[in-house]
Amino acid sequence: MADDKDVLRDVWFGRIPACFTLSPEETTEREAEPYYLLLPRVSYLTLVTDKVKKHFLRVMKAEDSTEMWFEYEGTPLKWHYPIGVLFDLHASNTALPWNVTVHFKNFPEHDLLHCTSNSVIEAHFMSCIKEADALKHKGQVINDMQKKDHKQLWMGLQNDKFDQFWAMNRKLMEYPTDEGGFRYIPFRMYQTMGERPFIQKLFRPVSPEGHTLTLGDLLKELFPAAICAEDEPKRFQVMIHGIEPLLETPIQWLSEHLSHPDNFLHISIIPAPSD
Amino acid sequence: MPSSLLWAVDVYGRVYSLSTAGQQWEHCRDAHLEFKRVTAVQQCCWSIACDHNIYLYVHASEVPIRYQEETYENQRWNPVDGFSDRLLPSDRWQWSDITGLKHQPLGDFQLPSENWEWEADWYIDENFGGEPTEKGGWTYAIDFPATYTKDKKWNSCVRRRRWIRYRRYKAQDTWVKIPSEQTESLPDPFNDITCGGWEITEEPRGCLALWAVSLQGKVWFRCDINHHNPEGSVWEEVPVPGEVVQISCGPGDLVWAVLWEGHLLVREGVGRDCLKGSSWVTVESPSPGVGVVHVAVGVNVVWAVTKDHKVWFRRGVNSHNPCGSGWIGMVGEMVMINVGLSDQVWAIGFEDRAVYFRQGVTASELSGKAWKVVSVPRDSERSHSSASASSLQSAGCFFGGEVRLQSQASMLSDADAETERAGGEVVPTPEIGDAPKPRIPKVTSDSFISELVSDREGQISRCDVPPAGPSIPEEDHPEKELEDRASPAQVLSPSQSGGVDPQWSNVDLEEAQTHLTSGPGGDAAETSSLSSVATYNLALEEPYGLDEPPKWAWVSGGGCLVECHTQLNWFNSSTSTALNSSMQAMSLSITPAQTAAWRKQIFEQLSERSKREMENFMHYEQAIEQSVWVKKGTMQWWRDWKPHKWVDVQFALEQFSGVEGNKDGILFIYYTFNDEKKYLHMFINEVTILVPVLNDSKHTFAIYTAERTKQRWPMRLAAATELEMHDWLALLSVSCCDSRGIQGPPSKQAIWSVTCKGDIFVSEPTKELEASPYPTPCAQISLGVVWGIGYDHTAWVHTGGYGGGFFQGLASSTDNIYTQTDVKSVYIYENQRWNPVTGYTNRGLPTDRYMWSNASGLKECTKNNTKPPSPNWTWVSDWTIDYAVPGGTDREGWQYAADFPASYHGNKTLKDFVRRRRWARKCKLTTTGPWQEVPPIPLSDITILPCGPKSTVEQVSLWAISNKGDILCRLGVTSLTPGSSSNYGSSWLHVGTDQPFKSISIGAVHQVWAIAKDGSAFYRGSVSAQNPAGDCWYHIPSPTGQKLKQVSVGRTSVYTVDENGNLWYRHGVTPSYPQGSSWEHISNNVRKVSVGPLDQVWVIADKVQGSHSLSCGTVCRRLGVLPMEPKGHSWDYGIGGGWDHITVRGNAMEAPRIVMPSLTDNQTATRPLQTSNQPEMNGNPVGC
Repeated sequence: MADDKDVLRDVWFGRIPACFTLSPEETTEREAEPYYLLLPRVSYLTLVTDKVKKHFLRVMKAEDSTEMWFEYEGTPLKWHYPIGVLFDLHASNTALPWNVTVHFKNFPEHDLLHCTSNSVIEAHFMSCIKEADALKHKGQVINDMQKKDHKQLWMGLQNDKFDQFWAMNRKLMEYPTDEGGFRYIPFRMYQTMGERPFIQKLFRPVSPEGHTLTLGDLLKELFPAAICAEDEPKRFQVMIHGIEPLLETPIQWLSEHLSHPDNFLHISIIPAPSD
Repeated sequence: MPSSLLWAVDVYGRVYSLSTAGQQWEHCRDAHLEFKRVTAVQQCCWSIACDHNIYLYVHASEVPIRYQEETYENQRWNPVDGFSDRLLPSDRWQWSDITGLKHQPLGDFQLPSENWEWEADWYIDENFGGEPTEKGGWTYAIDFPATYTKDKKWNSCVRRRRWIRYRRYKAQDTWVKIPSEQTESLPDPFNDITCGGWEITEEPRGCLALWAVSLQGKVWFRCDINHHNPEGSVWEEVPVPGEVVQISCGPGDLVWAVLWEGHLLVREGVGRDCLKGSSWVTVESPSPGVGVVHVAVGVNVVWAVTKDHKVWFRRGVNSHNPCGSGWIGMVGEMVMINVGLSDQVWAIGFEDRAVYFRQGVTASELSGKAWKVVSVPRDSERSHSSASASSLQSAGCFFGGEVRLQSQASMLSDADAETERAGGEVVPTPEIGDAPKPRIPKVTSDSFISELVSDREGQISRCDVPPAGPSIPEEDHPEKELEDRASPAQVLSPSQSGGVDPQWSNVDLEEAQTHLTSGPGGDAAETSSLSSVATYNLALEEPYGLDEPPKWAWVSGGGCLVECHTQLNWFNSSTSTALNSSMQAMSLSITPAQTAAWRKQIFEQLSERSKREMENFMHYEQAIEQSVWVKKGTMQWWRDWKPHKWVDVQFALEQFSGVEGNKDGILFIYYTFNDEKKYLHMFINEVTILVPVLNDSKHTFAIYTAERTKQRWPMRLAAATELEMHDWLALLSVSCCDSRGIQGPPSKQAIWSVTCKGDIFVSEPTKELEASPYPTPCAQISLGVVWGIGYDHTAWVHTGGYGGGFFQGLASSTDNIYTQTDVKSVYIYENQRWNPVTGYTNRGLPTDRYMWSNASGLKECTKNNTKPPSPNWTWVSDWTIDYAVPGGTDREGWQYAADFPASYHGNKTLKDFVRRRRWARKCKLTTTGPWQEVPPIPLSDITILPCGPKSTVEQVSLWAISNKGDILCRLGVTSLTPGSSSNYGSSWLHVGTDQPFKSISIGAVHQVWAIAKDGSAFYRGSVSAQNPAGDCWYHIPSPTGQKLKQVSVGRTSVYTVDENGNLWYRHGVTPSYPQGSSWEHISNNVRKVSVGPLDQVWVIADKVQGSHSLSCGTVCRRLGVLPMEPKGHSWDYGIGGGWDHITVRGNAMEAPRIVMPSLTDNQTATRPLQTSNQPEMNGNPVGC
C-alpha cells in the first residue's frame, strides 16, 4: 500500500511545464525564443525564474532590464502565491505547457508586489510559516527553532531539497495526540472571481463534539456553493495541488500532507469546466 | 494497545461494559440478575447483585487458570519387602505434603468450588530438579527428612515420589456466585465492594485485595485471592472504629473508607506481607458540616464526593503519606466517582446520571483538566428504549440498588400505574424537617429489582397490559403530563422548606425490614437514611424520551486502560456507530483511514497529475539545479589516538547526486591538531552501522565502517543535545540508505538484532545495514514474519513499515507505524555490612563497594542520581524494594552473603557479614515504530518456524512462552503478506506443561525444544503442520551439573546455552530419533545463540578481545558449518559490544559467501564498560 509519506514526495516534486514567452510590448534587439522550464509547484515564480530572466535579458536592451513580472492571459501572476496555486487558479484544464508571458515594462503596481531579491521571497515565506505555526501551535514550534533551523527550511525550498526541508518541517507538523490535530488549520481559499484575494478563517480540525472535520465541513462553512447536491451539475472544482480530494477527506490529514512548504493549505476554487 | 473494558451499572441494575476500542455499551447478557455494585480489575470484575450475593466475572484468557495440586508418596525399605509403604511408627504418613507434616492422600483432594474442574487424573512427576529420574519418579534418602537424590545408594532407606494433578478454573466469561460459606458470621448483606492491590505484589503471585462493606457498616477482607485462586478463600472481618458505608481500594496500598458520619478512614500498614493493613486513621471531611458520601482512590490520588455533590481532590497522597495533606475542591457535581488504571478518573454526574471521564489526567497533573461526558449508545438501544419509556420514571428509585417498596403484584404488571403512584406519593408527603433530606418512600430490597425492572420482564409486562402497550408516543405523553404536574407541586410542598429537593436514598436493612412488613402504604412515612452513597433527585428529572441517554448508577474503571495519549472515540455523538464499530472490527493492521476512499482517491489523483503534468515534459529543463547540499554542525569527537579525549570538531555531511542518480555523501570531521587545521573524512557508502551509544553525560553515537569494525574502533561523536543527535542519526541513516538505494521495509532475509538499549537493527544479508528504532529485547523472524517482545513482556508483531521513533516524518512510512510503549525496571542495590556494635549499617569498610551501587558494586547508584536508561525513558514509579531477586530475600528484601561480591541468599546465617537489597524503579518509554501490539498475554520468549526461501506460504508455526511460563502455540499465523494482519495470527493455544518454561525454539521440520525454568530441556513430540501443538513432552537430561538457559533449533542442529555461558550442541539428532543422544560442549562465554534455517550458528559472546578492550555482547558467527559438519570449526568475530539479542532465523540465503562480508560489515555498538572489572584477558574468548 502506498504510504502517506509518498504523498509528501509527490507534492514536493510536483512540476508544471511552462513556456515563457516575452510580451510583444517589450522592445527587443532581436526576436526572443520562448523558454521552456519545469516549475516546482511548491516554489515561487520569482525564485525559480533566474534562467528565464537571463534568457530574455540577452535579447533586451540593457536599460530596459528592470523588474521582471509575469502574466497569464491578461492576469498578472502574483509571485507570492505558490506556483501550483497560480496554475490551478488560472490555468487548470488548459493545454500544457502553461503559456506564461514575461514582462519587464509597465509593472502593475496595483496587482503585484515588488520582488527585488530572493530575500523578499524568503521574508514572505518565513512570515507565512510563522503565521501558520501561530495558528497550529500558537507559534511555539517555530519560535523554539533556531535561526539555522529557519534557514534550513528556506534553503530546503530554495534548493529543492526535500529531505533537508522535511527534516525540519516535520516538527511543524506535530501535534499532541490527545487533541486530534492542530489548534487551527492554516488554510487559504482562493477563487478567481472574488472581491477578496482569498478567504482565511479560524477553523479547527475537530468539532467541539469531537468529530473529525473534513474538507466538506470546511467548504460548508466558508464556500457552500462548492458543495453540490448529487443531482446538480458540478459548478466548482476544489483543487489542491492540481487534484480534487474527496469532500470526506479529513482536513487535518490534508493540512499535514497537502500543505505547501509555507505550511498553508492552499485551496483553489475554480468554476467547473463547462464540457 | 489492547482494548480494555469500562464497567458500569445503570439505574436498573443492568451491567454494561464499554471497550476502549468499541463505541457502544455492551449489555452483559449473561447476568440474569441485577447488580448494584461492580468493581473491575483487568482480569476480572466483582459485583454485588441485588440478591446480596457476591459475583465474580473472570475474563476468559487463552492461558487457563491452572493450579497444581501435589502430594508425596513415602516409602521405607525393609529387608523383607524392599521398599514398601510400611513405614515406621515415627515416620510421616504414607501420603503427605512435602514437609511430611500433613497427611494428604490422593482421595482427600477436593475441588475448592464447583467452578473448578480436574484436568486429568493424578500422575507421577518424573522430573527431579530438572533431570528425569527414569525410575518411576522415586527419589532416595537415608531417612525422612533429608536430602533426596535420584540415585538409589546402598544407604538409601527411604524414598518418595511426587504425584501431581492439575485443576483448572472453568468459570470464565460468566458471572459466578461466590459461595458465602460463613453465613453465620455474615449476618448482613454486602453493600459495597472494591477490588485493587494488584500492584503490591508482582507477577506471578498476582494477589488482589478485595474489600467489602456490609449494610451494618462492617468491613470485610477477602483472603487469598491470587492468580491461582481467583475466588479467594474466606472473608475476614476487619474491625472499624465506626460504621462504614463505602470503601475504595487502589491498585497499590491505598485503602480509604467513608464513615456514616461523613468522615473518612485511611488504612495504614498495607503492604506486600499484609494486604489487609494494620490500622485506621481518620481524615476529616473536606467541608465542615457536609459529610463525604463517596471516596475513590488510585495509586497516588484520592477523590471524594460530599453530600452536596461537590467533588474533592486530595493533595499530597502517596505510599509514604496515605492520608495526604489537604483537599482541593474541583468543578462538577457528581454522585459517585471511581479511579481506574493510571489514576484515570470516572464519575457519574449528579444531574444527568451520565458517565464522565476526567480528561487530562497525567502523572504530572493527577487532578486532570476537565470532565468529559462519555456519550456512546448502548447496544440494542432501540429495544431497550421502549421499555425505558414506560418504566424509567420509576427507575429513579432503583438507582444504586435502592428500591422503593411497592405492591409487588401491581408493580409487576403495570409500570405506568406505578409511576403514577410514585409521583402521587411524592407530592403530598408531609414532612417534618428534622432530617436534612425529606422523607421519601423507599426501601432497600434489591432482590426486588429483578422482578420489577428487568427490561425483559418490563417488555413482557407491557405486552400483558393493554394501556401500556407498544405505542410509545402515547406512553410518553401521560408521563410528561405527570411530571409537569408533579414538579410544581413538589416545589410548593412544605417539605421543601427544609432545604433541597426530594431525594432518594438508601435505607439500611432494619428499615428495609420494617418496610417489608409495613406494606405498600407504609413506605411513604419512612425516613431516608444517610447511609446512601448516591442520591437521586426526582424533581430535576426531565421527561424521558426515546433518545434519552441512559441513566447510570455505578461505574468502575479499574480494568480500563486509558492513557493520556490514547484517543478514545467515546466522546463523539452517536452517529453511525454501527459503521464505525464494524470498521474497527475489520482489520487489525489496516486502520479505516488507510482504506478510506478519500485516501485512495488522493493517491490516484496525485499519480495521474504527475503523469499528466510531467510525463511528456521531462526533457524540459529543471528550474532548480540539483546541487551539493551540506549540513554542518559542531560536535565532539573521541580522538582516535592517545591521549583519547573528547575534542570539539566541525562535522559536515555533504550530499550529492551520484552518477546513476543515487545520492551519495561524504562525512567530514574538521579538527585542530597542534594549531593545525586537519580533517578526516568517511564515505557514506562505506558506513555500516550507526549506533546511539549509552553515555551518562553526552549524547554520543558511533559510526562504523568495515575497516573500523575490524579495528574495533568506531568513530565516536557526541552532539550537544539529544535532539541534535537524533537529527543527525536520522539524516545519516537516510543518507546511508539513499547511497545504497535502500528504501522501504527490510527484506525477509534480514538479520535482526537488538542492542542492550533495546534498539532494533536490521541488517540485510547483502551488504548494508539500517538502523531502525526501537525497543524489544527479543525478536524472532521467519518467512517475513517478525515478532518481538518488549521489556514489559508485551508481544509485538512487525508491521512491515519502517522508521518511527526519531525517524518520525523524515524517513518513516506513516502507515504501519504505531505507538509503542514499554516499561522496564531500573535496579540499584543497597549494601550494608555487619559490625559487632551496631549490627548491619550502611557504614562499610573503606575497601567496600558503595553503599548504594549497581549490581557489580563498582558504580555508585543512589536513588537520586540514578537516571532512566536514556532520556527517552521517564520514571513512572517510585523506588520500591524488589523481592523477586534470584536467590530469594528476607521479609525486608535483604539478601545475605559472607562478603562482597559473593553469592547471596535470602536468609541470614552466622557466616554472613554483608547484606544487600535490590531497589527497583519502573521507567516507561513511549515511542512509535513499525510494530503492533499483540494483546493480551505477556510473553517472555517466542519462536517462529525457520524456513528456506523456496518454501511455500502456509501456516507458520509460532510458539511462545508467557511471562508466567506457560507454553503457547499461535494459531493462524501466515506469511501471505508481510506486515499484514495475517502475520498476526488468530489466537493462542495453550500447551499443557508440568512446570514453567523460559525458552523455546522450533526447527525447520517442526522440532520444538523448550527449556523449563528449572534448567531442564524438553522435546515436544509429533509436532507437524497438521498437528501444530504436538502431543507430549520428552524430558531431555541437561548437561551434567548445568542448568540450561536458552535453546535454538535450526534445520537439524540443536544448540543450547546454559546459565554459565556454555554453548552446547546436541549430538545424535536424527529424523527417527529427534531427541538426540548427548550434549557436546562447543564454547564458553556465550550469552545467546541463534541457529538459522541452514544451521548457521550466530552467537552473542562476552569477553571477546578487541584491539582496545574486551567487549561484551559481541556478535560472532560459526565458520565451517556444512551439512555434514553442522558444528563448524571456529568463530568469526563481529564487532563491538552492546548486542543483546540476534536472530538469523530468517536468513536462508544459500551462498555463504554472500553472507560473509555482511558479518564483518555488520555489527557494532560500543559499550566496553561492562568488562572493566575483568582486567585479565581470557585468552581466546570464544571458541573451544
